Amino acid sequence: MSYRLGVDVGGTFTDLLLINDDTGATYTAKVPSTPKDSSIGVLNGIEKICRTSGVDPKEIRKVMHGTTVATNAILTRKGAKVGLVTTKGYKQVLHIARSFVPGGLGGWVIFQKGELLATLEHTIEANERIAADGSVVTALDKDAIRRDLEVLRDKGIEALTVSLINAYSNGEHEQEIAAIAGEVMPNVPVSISSDVVPEMQEYERTETTVVNSYVRPEVSKYIANLERELKARLADDVELSILRSDGGLSACDSAADTPVNLLLSGPAGGVAGATYFCSRGGFDKVLTFDVGGTSTDVALIENGSARLRRETRVGDIAVRAPSVDVRTIGAGGGSIAFVPELTKALRVGPDSAGAEPGPAAYNKGGELPTTTDANVVLGYLPANQKLGGDMQVRKDLAEAAVQKVADAMGISLYEAAEGIVRIANEHMFGALRLISVEQGYDPREFALCGFGGAGPLHANALGMLMNAWPVIVPPAPGVLCAYGDATTRVKDEASRSLIKGFSKISDQEVLKILEQLTEQVQSSLARQDIPRDQQSIVWQADLRYQGQALLLTQDVDPEALREQGSQLLSKSFDAEHEQLFSFALEEEHELVNLRAIARAPRPNIAEKQFGSEKRELESARIGESEIYFQGKHYNALHYNRDLLTPGHRIQGPAIVLEMDSTTVILPGYEANVDKVGNLLIQPEHGGKE
Amino acid sequence: MPATIVHKNEKPFQRIDVETVTLDIIENAMANARNEMDAVLFRTAMSPGIREQGDAFPMIANHEGKMVVGQFGSFITGFIQSYAGTIEEGDIFLTNDPYMCDGAVSHLPDWLVMVPIFKGGRLINWAAMFGHMSDVGGKVPGSLPTDAKTIFEEGIRIPPLKIYKNGELNSDVLDLILHNVRVPRWNKADFNAIVAACRTAGKRCVELAERFGDDTYISALQMMLERNYVAMREIIRMVVPESKQSFEDYICDDGAGLGPYTIRCTMWREGDKAIFDFAGTDPQAPSSVNFYLNEEMFKMFFGAFTINLFDPSILFNDGFYDLVDVRIPQGSILKPNFPAALSCRTHLLGRIFDVMGGLLGQGTPDAMSAAGFSDSPHFMYSGYDENDEWFQLFQIGFGGIPGRPVGDGVDGHSLWPGFTNVPNEFIEAYFPLRIETYESIPDSGGAGKHRGGNGIRVGYRLLAKGEISIHDDRWLTYPWGVNGGDPGQRSRKILKKTNGEEIILPSKCDNIKVEKGDLVIFDTWGGGGWGDPLERDLGAMSADIKRGLISVDGARRFGVVADANGVIDEAATEQLRASMKDSRTEALPLFNRGGTIAEIKARALAETGLEAPATPVWER
Repeated sequence: MSYRLGVDVGGTFTDLLLINDDTGATYTAKVPSTPKDSSIGVLNGIEKICRTSGVDPKEIRKVMHGTTVATNAILTRKGAKVGLVTTKGYKQVLHIARSFVPGGLGGWVIFQKGELLATLEHTIEANERIAADGSVVTALDKDAIRRDLEVLRDKGIEALTVSLINAYSNGEHEQEIAAIAGEVMPNVPVSISSDVVPEMQEYERTETTVVNSYVRPEVSKYIANLERELKARLADDVELSILRSDGGLSACDSAADTPVNLLLSGPAGGVAGATYFCSRGGFDKVLTFDVGGTSTDVALIENGSARLRRETRVGDIAVRAPSVDVRTIGAGGGSIAFVPELTKALRVGPDSAGAEPGPAAYNKGGELPTTTDANVVLGYLPANQKLGGDMQVRKDLAEAAVQKVADAMGISLYEAAEGIVRIANEHMFGALRLISVEQGYDPREFALCGFGGAGPLHANALGMLMNAWPVIVPPAPGVLCAYGDATTRVKDEASRSLIKGFSKISDQEVLKILEQLTEQVQSSLARQDIPRDQQSIVWQADLRYQGQALLLTQDVDPEALREQGSQLLSKSFDAEHEQLFSFALEEEHELVNLRAIARAPRPNIAEKQFGSEKRELESARIGESEIYFQGKHYNALHYNRDLLTPGHRIQGPAIVLEMDSTTVILPGYEANVDKVGNLLIQPEHGGKE
Repeated sequence: MPATIVHKNEKPFQRIDVETVTLDIIENAMANARNEMDAVLFRTAMSPGIREQGDAFPMIANHEGKMVVGQFGSFITGFIQSYAGTIEEGDIFLTNDPYMCDGAVSHLPDWLVMVPIFKGGRLINWAAMFGHMSDVGGKVPGSLPTDAKTIFEEGIRIPPLKIYKNGELNSDVLDLILHNVRVPRWNKADFNAIVAACRTAGKRCVELAERFGDDTYISALQMMLERNYVAMREIIRMVVPESKQSFEDYICDDGAGLGPYTIRCTMWREGDKAIFDFAGTDPQAPSSVNFYLNEEMFKMFFGAFTINLFDPSILFNDGFYDLVDVRIPQGSILKPNFPAALSCRTHLLGRIFDVMGGLLGQGTPDAMSAAGFSDSPHFMYSGYDENDEWFQLFQIGFGGIPGRPVGDGVDGHSLWPGFTNVPNEFIEAYFPLRIETYESIPDSGGAGKHRGGNGIRVGYRLLAKGEISIHDDRWLTYPWGVNGGDPGQRSRKILKKTNGEEIILPSKCDNIKVEKGDLVIFDTWGGGGWGDPLERDLGAMSADIKRGLISVDGARRFGVVADANGVIDEAATEQLRASMKDSRTEALPLFNRGGTIAEIKARALAETGLEAPATPVWER
C-alpha cells in the first residue's frame, strides 16, 4: 500500500486529505493552524489523520503541500532584512515606484505609502551599465561593489537582491555581483533579477526579486524543517512537493530558491481541487469562487485547467510571477456592513471582523453586523450548524447587530439582512464578471463552483446573478484546497524575453529557442524522476501589437508550430484580440516572451466508490427551519450531506449541512447529487416550466 | 439650436422609487463599468502617453448627459445644446476643438469620443472618454508649441462630427485626420482603444437596464445624482464660508517673455450655493499657455478635491452642479478669446489645484495641504535614429507631493490619478537614449513638521541628433509652504554638451538642437512643507538622513544636528531649535511663498541663471 497526502495550511485551519494510491479511498482531517510555526499544525494533522484512519505513517510516500508561509510573511511584514544592489542612478527605483498614486482625483491628499521591503539604507549602487540591447556600456567596478557589499553585510542583512538596469537582456553583471556576494557574505541567499524574472520593466523586476529575497529565509527554513520531520515520521523515501501559485507542483529545493512563485499557493490549491471535482463531474468550463472569512477568491477554468496570468498580487504588493488568475475581493463572511451618515447608502466591507472578534453570531465579542450575521438572520446559516467544530451560532446576537443597519436605514430587520447579503453577493458578482465578461467570456457557457466555508451559502444566489448553471458544490467544500494539493501534477517551465517584431526574427530562430527551453524543463523534470517519455510539453508565446502594453499568451502545439510557422501565432493572437476588445489591428506583431512548459502525468487516483445501497432521501433529513427570501418566509428542510448519495434530488427551499460548510438551495431551485458526489443546483425542472 | 435626438421609441421613462439596496447595487455596477473602460483602454492603446501614463479619462452619463461616474465630466449636456445635427443609434462623435465643445477638452491633443447608448429605441446613457494623443500635427513634434499665437498652429482641428454613423466608420474622415499627424499608427490604435472602451461601457449599461428594468435603472441613476447633491450640500456648508475669501497663485511665465500670470479666485456662499469668482485673474497670454477652463469642469475639481477630504468612499458625479456657480472673466487666461493658442495649458490645469487648496484651506488651516506638484511637465525628444527612422518621445515628469495633514509628502509622485512613469527600460529599448539618473533630489521638499516630498532628477543621455522641447513651470515662483512650513525647491533644466558646455534651459522652450552624447538633467520641484519645521519628529529626520532624502546640511533647516549616518545629536539639536525659535521676529505665516513677486523677480537671474519675465497687463 502507498498513500499520498495533501496538506493545506489556511489562516484558521490546517486541512489534510489522505488518498490510497491503489483504491482511491480518502480520509480527511482538520486541525487548528499554528501560525507561529505552521509545521507544528501539519505534524499534528498527520498524527490525527493516521490515528483516525488507521494508516501507518510509513506508508505515506508523497506529501503535496499548499502553504501560505510566503504570503503571511508579506501580509504581516515579517520577512527578512533585504539588501538591494541597483545600477548607479537607480537606487530609488522602489522608492519612486513609478510615481503611482492610487485613488481618484485628489487621491494624493490621503495617500500613505508603506515601508519598502528593501529599505533605502540597505540599498547600494553598482558602478556599471548595460544597454537595452545587452551590450556592456560600462564594465562593473568590482572593487567598489565588494567594499559596498561589506558595508551591507555589516548592517546585518539576511537576504540580498541584485537587480540591474537592462539585466533582462544580459545578466552578466548580476552574476558577477552574486559571485562577489558569495565571497563577502557566504550565508546570505542571493536572488538576481535575470534569474527570477528575466523580463523588461525595472520597477516590476526589482520588486519581484526583492519579494523573493524577503520571503526566502522564512520559506527555506520552514521547508527544510518540515522535510526533516516528515522524513523522520513517514516513509524513508517520502517526497515533499510544494504547490506553486500557477497550480504546478515544485520540488522543495526549487520552491525554497524562488519562493516568489509560492505567494498564491493556497488559493491555487482550491482552484485545483475545484477543477478535479468539476472535470470528473463532466464540467470543464467553470467559474470558481472561494468565500472565506475576510475575502473571496474567484477564478476561471477553461478546458479543465485554470486560466493563468503573469502577475501575482498579495495585499498592496504586485510581482511578476505566474499564478492562477485568482482575483481577490474584500468581501467574505466577516465583512462589516455599515451605513455612512452622509449618503445613507448601505455598504458591506472591505473592513472585516476577521477571526477576532468575528461576526456577532460567534459570541466572541463582535458587535458589528457582518455578512455571516445577515446569513444567520435570514436562516441560511441555521443555529444548529456547528462552525468549524464546536462554535455555536447565536441568532439573538446576529439579530441585534443587523438591527443597527435596519435602524439606520429605517427598514425591517429582514430587509436589512437581505440587503447586506445582496450587496455582498454583488461584490462577488463583480469579481466573477471581472474574470469572465471582462475577459470576453460569456458566463452563461460556464458552470459555477462555490467552496470554502461560506461559498456554498452564496452559491445559489450567485448562479441567479450570473445566469451560470449548474451551480456546483463539490464534496468537502471546506477542505477542497487539500484535495487540490493531492491531485495536481508536477510542472516546470522556462522562458526567455525577446521583444522583437515578427519581421526581425525567423521561424528557425523561434523554434531553436523553444527547443532549448524544452530541453531545460525536460531535464529538470527528469531529475525529479519523471521519465522524458511521460512528460507532456506545451509551448507558449506572449504576443502584442508592437507598441502595446498588453501581452496575450498563446498556447502552441509544437507540431503545429513546426509546420505552420509564426503566422500560427499571429492568427490566434488576432482572434483573441478581437474577442477581448472587439477589434484587431494591421500592425506588426511583437514576440515578447517564449516559454516551454513540461508536465508530469496526472496522478492516477481511483474514483471514490459510493456503496451499492440506495438510500432514501428521507433518511438524510435532519430537521427544518424558517428562511427568508425575496421578502417572504419559507420553511426549509435540512439534510445531512454525508448521507446523500448519487441520484438524490433535493427541492428548495432546503439547507444541506456538513462538517464545516452549509449549502443553501433557494425556493424555485433544486439540487441533484451527481456520480462523484457534487451537488448540482439549478432552476427547478431545468429552468423550464 | 440643440441637437435632435432621434428616438425610435418615444415612450418616456417613468420615475419610480428605487429601494436603497438596488440603488447601491446599480451604483456599484456603474463604478465597475467605468473601471472596465480604463482596463480596455490601457491594454489596447499604443502611444506611451495613454498606455503607460494613463493620460485618458472615462465617464458615463445618464440619458440627459449628466455624468454619473467619472472624473472630468460633464460636457455632454453642453454638446447636446450646441450640436446642430441629429443624435441617432449607431453614432459615435469625435472632437478635439476646445472652442467647439465649451472647453470639455482643453487642447487639440485631447481627443474626445462620445457614444450615445440606445436600448429599445431609447437613449439611456452616454459613454465618453478623452485621451491625450502624442501628436496631432501642427508646427512642432508633439503638437505643443509654446510659441504658437493661434490654435491654427497647434494641429488639426476636429469639430464635433460623426466618426461613426449608423454603426459605420467614416473612414474618409479618419484618413484625412490621420494624414495630418506625425505618428498615425499611434493615433489610430489609441482612437480604436477609446471607442472600444466606450462601447464596453455601453454594453454594461444595456445589461443593467435589462437586469433591473429601464425605469428602475434610469431612476436609480437619477437618485445617484441626488445622493451627491445632498452630500455636497453638507460639504459646501462646511467648507465654504459666507464671507468672501480670496487666494491667488501663478504660473511663472508664458514662454514668450511675460510672467508671472496671476490666477485669482474669490469664494463665498449664498445660502446653499457656493460661488467661485475668478475676477482679478490676468489677461490671456500671447502664447499657448492659456487654459480654456470649462466651468463645469471646475465644479468637478472642487467636488473631487473636497470629497477626498471628507468621505473618499462616495461615488462622485454631477448631481451637485446646481449648488456651485463659477464665474470666469472673458478674455482672461482662463477664458481666452478664439483663436488664442491653447496647447500648453497643462501648467494652469495643474495650478488650479494649488489655488483651490489655498482657497479652501484658509478657513480650515489644519485640513490644508501645501502647494504640490501642480503640473505635468513635458520632455519631448525627436529626430531620426541611426536607421533613419523617425522617433518621437513624449515624457511626463513627476515631483514632490506636498506636506499634508496626514503626514509628509511622498517623494517623486504624481498629482494626477492613475498616472505612472513609462518604464525606463521600455524607453531605452525603443528610443535612442539612456536614462542615467532616476532619483529624487535630497532636500528639495520644503521643510515642515510634515516635510514636502522631493522632486525627481532624470538624466537623459541622448544618443541621436535631434531636437528637444521642454514645458515646465515653478522655476520662478515657489511651491508654497503652509502653517509655518517652508516652500519647496524650484525646478531646473540643464543641457550638458559633450564639449563640457552647460546651458541652463528656460522652463518653456521648443526646437532646441541636441547632438549625440548630450546630457539633459531635468529636475522637477519639491512639495511645500506643512507646519513648523522645528517640530518635525526626530525619528523621521534620522530615517530621512540615513536614506539620503535629507542631507546633513539640509537637516539644519529643521533645526536638527546629525551625522551622515542619521545619528542625531540631541543636545545640539535642542540648542539649535531653541536659538532658531528665539530669532523669529514674528509669527510663522499661514502661507510662505519665499518672498513677494517683486523680491523673487529681483533675485531671479542670480538664483536661477535665467532673466525674470516682464509683468503682463490687460489691454483696454
